Amino acid sequence: MLLIRCPYCEETLPEAEFTYAGEAHIIRPERPSDQTDEQWEEYLFIRTNVKGAHYERWRHMHGCGRFFNAVRDTVSDRFLTTYKAGAPRPDLSTLTESQK
Amino acid sequence: MVEVLTRTGPLDGRSFAASGVRLSPAEPAARLSLRAGGDAVKALSKALALSLPLRPKSTSASGNLAALWLGPDEWLLIDEDGNDLMAACAAITAVHSAVDISHRNVAIDVTGPNVEDVLAAGCPQDLSLRAFPVGAASRTIFGKAEVVLWRRSEQHFRVECWRSFADYVFGLLEAAARDPG
Repeated sequence: MLLIRCPYCEETLPEAEFTYAGEAHIIRPERPSDQTDEQWEEYLFIRTNVKGAHYERWRHMHGCGRFFNAVRDTVSDRFLTTYKAGAPRPDLSTLTESQK
Repeated sequence: MVEVLTRTGPLDGRSFAASGVRLSPAEPAARLSLRAGGDAVKALSKALALSLPLRPKSTSASGNLAALWLGPDEWLLIDEDGNDLMAACAAITAVHSAVDISHRNVAIDVTGPNVEDVLAAGCPQDLSLRAFPVGAASRTIFGKAEVVLWRRSEQHFRVECWRSFADYVFGLLEAAARDPG
């Protein structure tokens, strides 16, 4: 079982308390009616699907209930970091550096 | 026509004891699900006459009223005297949400030297005294049910679960308590 650090509970807790909630930092267009079909499709369906460090949302569903963001390596399944919702993307180079 | 209303609980008459652990349904209590931002905490603490805990996993108590931190803006209040907690919050004008969940939850007292092992059968959290000290509380899972664990002493956990999950939670605790391994 993966252990995930919840930035609100400030504790590393078992994965079973958490749910995955898709890619992070996807911003809903302010005026959807101004979007072309392609732009709207991009917003709704097109995801990066990276091999490696992936910015994603998680929710501490059976704990504090909060959504937060995480960077997880999709190859090794290792969490590089987690951070509160609304916080800027952490710099990938510093994250990978600390793992070496 | 009979005009007497009798309160029935989902765990009425249930109890279980095995070597090192005892399960018993807790007495009915008043409970409040309280959600509030930082600006309302002071007023609510004053109205309830206890300071709402602000640290993760922490609790505070005043007499038989206790507040359990569940999230950054969420608390579970338990009053074992059954006082009307809604009335205490009613006068607060700061934005908050208070919902009476006295009848939604039931609690099971799990006591004895093997309490950590029995709970660990269904709960993936670290329940050792170091990680889960006396007075700590946390919402977590037990088997397939969501529960709130509150460590009241070294050998006593209160397990709060939803009424409809009570039979399942009690049954799983019983199975865990029966299994010596």
